[in-house]
Amino acid sequence: MADLRINLAGITSPNPFWLASAPPTNSGYQVQRAFEAGWGGAVWKTLGDPIMNVSSRYAALHLGSQRVLGLNNIELITDRPLEVNLREIEETKKRFPNHTIIGSLMMEPNREKWHELVKATEAAGVDGLELNFGCPHGMAERGMGSAVGQQPDMVRQQTEWVKEVAQTPVIVKLTPNITDIRFTARAARQGGADAVSMINTINSLIGVDLDAWLPIPHVDGKGAHGGYCGPAVKPIALNMVAECARDPLVGIPISGIGGISTWKDAVEFLLMGASGVQVCTAAMHHGFRIVEDMIDGLNNYLDQKGIASVQDIVGKAVHTYSDWGNLNLNYKVAARVNEEICINCNKCYIACEDTSHQSIDLVTSTLSGKTVPVVREDDCVGCNLCSIVCPVEGAITMVEIPTDEASLTWNQRQAKN
Amino acid sequence: MTDKKSGTIPLTDLSRHFAEVVPALKPKEAIDEANRCLYCYDAPCIKACPTGIDIPSFIQKIATGNLYGSAKTIMDANPVGASCSRVCPTSELCEGACVLNGEAASQPIMIGRLQRHATDWAITNRVSLFTAPPETEKINNKVAIIGAGPAGLSAARELACLGHEVTVYEAKPKGGGLNTYGIVSFRLPQEIPLWEVEQVESLGVQFRYGVRVGEDITAQELIDTYDSVVLAVGMSSVPMLGIPGEELDGVLDAIAFVEDTKTKPLSDALLGKTVAVIGAGNTAIDAATCSKRLGAAQVQMLYRRTDKEMTAYDFEYEFAKQDGVEFRWLVAPKRIIGENGRVIAIELTRMELGEPDHKGRKSPVPIPGSEYTIPVDYVIKAIGQKRHTQLLEAFDIAHHHGIPVLSENSYRTSHPKVFAAGDFIFGGGKTDAMVVDAAQQGKRVAHEIHAVTSKKER
Repeated sequence: MADLRINLAGITSPNPFWLASAPPTNSGYQVQRAFEAGWGGAVWKTLGDPIMNVSSRYAALHLGSQRVLGLNNIELITDRPLEVNLREIEETKKRFPNHTIIGSLMMEPNREKWHELVKATEAAGVDGLELNFGCPHGMAERGMGSAVGQQPDMVRQQTEWVKEVAQTPVIVKLTPNITDIRFTARAARQGGADAVSMINTINSLIGVDLDAWLPIPHVDGKGAHGGYCGPAVKPIALNMVAECARDPLVGIPISGIGGISTWKDAVEFLLMGASGVQVCTAAMHHGFRIVEDMIDGLNNYLDQKGIASVQDIVGKAVHTYSDWGNLNLNYKVAARVNEEICINCNKCYIACEDTSHQSIDLVTSTLSGKTVPVVREDDCVGCNLCSIVCPVEGAITMVEIPTDEASLTWNQRQAKN
Repeated sequence: MTDKKSGTIPLTDLSRHFAEVVPALKPKEAIDEANRCLYCYDAPCIKACPTGIDIPSFIQKIATGNLYGSAKTIMDANPVGASCSRVCPTSELCEGACVLNGEAASQPIMIGRLQRHATDWAITNRVSLFTAPPETEKINNKVAIIGAGPAGLSAARELACLGHEVTVYEAKPKGGGLNTYGIVSFRLPQEIPLWEVEQVESLGVQFRYGVRVGEDITAQELIDTYDSVVLAVGMSSVPMLGIPGEELDGVLDAIAFVEDTKTKPLSDALLGKTVAVIGAGNTAIDAATCSKRLGAAQVQMLYRRTDKEMTAYDFEYEFAKQDGVEFRWLVAPKRIIGENGRVIAIELTRMELGEPDHKGRKSPVPIPGSEYTIPVDYVIKAIGQKRHTQLLEAFDIAHHHGIPVLSENSYRTSHPKVFAAGDFIFGGGKTDAMVVDAAQQGKRVAHEIHAVTSKKER
């Protein structure tokens, strides 16, 4: 049994799986159920000044028979009174002293009001704070959430205000609705943040009703952009985490968020520099119980690799993530079809022929007499598309083709000239 | 389907046993199954379909909610595609060719049931999938099609879409041929082929029902009135066994027997009776399962060869066994024994397999002195069908044992105006007599006639 405990900027947790600040962490009842199910921590649904919500709030992207590839919401921060939330945080912390509770906070850009909120929240016994500079809908129109997270100066200043009074570690949650998230991450650090978390949701419109010609979801005939999350955003989130992790000017721990649905996703975020992960959509799709396999799968993975502690894998792949200009131009892979496994759907052929580099022929096999795809290795550019569209595991492998030429990157090539 | 304890079906339940056995896919099942399709390029299922339906495309359209487009894709390639979705031996055709059959894969896509899903949608929503070209684009060519079965309907639909003036002559009161009259209701309900007929009617094709060529209208009249004639009359009744006792009450023709279950109130005559079915082809299976479903206590199929040689499909064999039909291999009827003019027993001879015949099937040889008798109340003959030789002779068409002689790679008979398709030309063991083959032949006849006509006009 591997040690799954983590320490993120001084915040300890029994495992790396936290529920992100979102509907699943709206109440003490829910967070306690989550802890019973095995979640290591919960970032409470964002506290702030009272708001009102609309009815008809979520919508999802489905693909084929796969439900909820992405989820969009226009729900705002907590719509319950602050004192109720704080009382429930206190109760929950008492019942689960070893679990992590983070208070997510959002406040108008007013130093005193930030101070009041931080003090009140910490008094309830939270293990840390997360500043919500990420929510892209509703609150951003009032100068909060992503409206802050899109301006490095404001990120820095409001982080500073919080740090003036905060006794617990402060995580700054960043919006991906920005050209380069490293700039706001650096600003958070300059403001004294102990960690950053990313990503919050992405501006999105899930769809349009084909009959009513209305946005999905709509509120009495009108819609507004929501925040997009779920498996579809994972690659965007993973890149942002990795970019911050390899940026020495960021240099603080990262709580990874964005489409994490399985232990495998979590391992990827950890390898790319996250010290822990936050999950929302997967729980909203399946309930709190999905954490069981997240924990079990992570543990088995670590055991099978002979790794004692989950913290030992944090950031282990960061050094392999770089700029395009540092990639070896003389490295070559080519597709190879395993005729015995190939089921002859020819998807590789048509993908290559129509949309890639015309390097696959359909040839009558001397082995089986069937028409099989054969890669012309010299013409294959190693784009991977055929292996991506192939429906059968192992039927197409990308094989490294040794070349005589020494490694040469674009940057090296330019430096020579 | 039988009551497990008594082995019989209560009379009150008979009609229930003629309702379609294979259920329609539920909407979610259909979507999930459609999404499972890989959308292969140059897909083997298309090549395995005699009518060349673009299967990945119609399945993709189900997945995207474009059911109109899906049904149109199917019916465009196969004018009797709704019937075929139910009666095609898919495991030997499209589904048998599905790449997902492989070791490294999973299960083939349920293509037949998806095809039914799409065409059921078109039937339920009463959509018209095809329109005839406007008057200005009509072709001045009058075609008579004899027979409104799969081949005739297919030819009629195709010709009408190409702008020809088409009249279909049908001896029966309704169209659809064997699909309407010959395939048991619990596999193919009548309303399905009748909808296919409606689709053809909606193109302006004239149907003359209850008209028998040679009786109500002569071959010569047709030749004189039309530019082209397509003979798609299928086959005739079951031939005589050529054994004593065949004239007794209780000796039935399988084709007529099945037809009665589709056209008349279900009879209780077989209730608790013992039935012998002679033969082991598709119709024999239908007759046997019908007998069980009409309440027969015991149904035995008697075949002079073995299960390896029988022409019924594996799925039909399995289905019959599940219905409680018993199979007796290597027996041939020697005489039917009667009492007061009614069947009471059948005398059988045991057979053994000898040398293969010209089709490669081993010929059965009687074992001398092996005769024995079993008591039966009914004998249903299902040993193939006779040919419409008289019709061939009426048109003065060259034929070989009732099979019209056709020009090379053509459906043209020895008469320059007369073409032929479907079961009418089936023979020589080249293909199965499948509905889907008849449909394809109908299409090809239509295009051949169209090509000839276009040349003529130029």
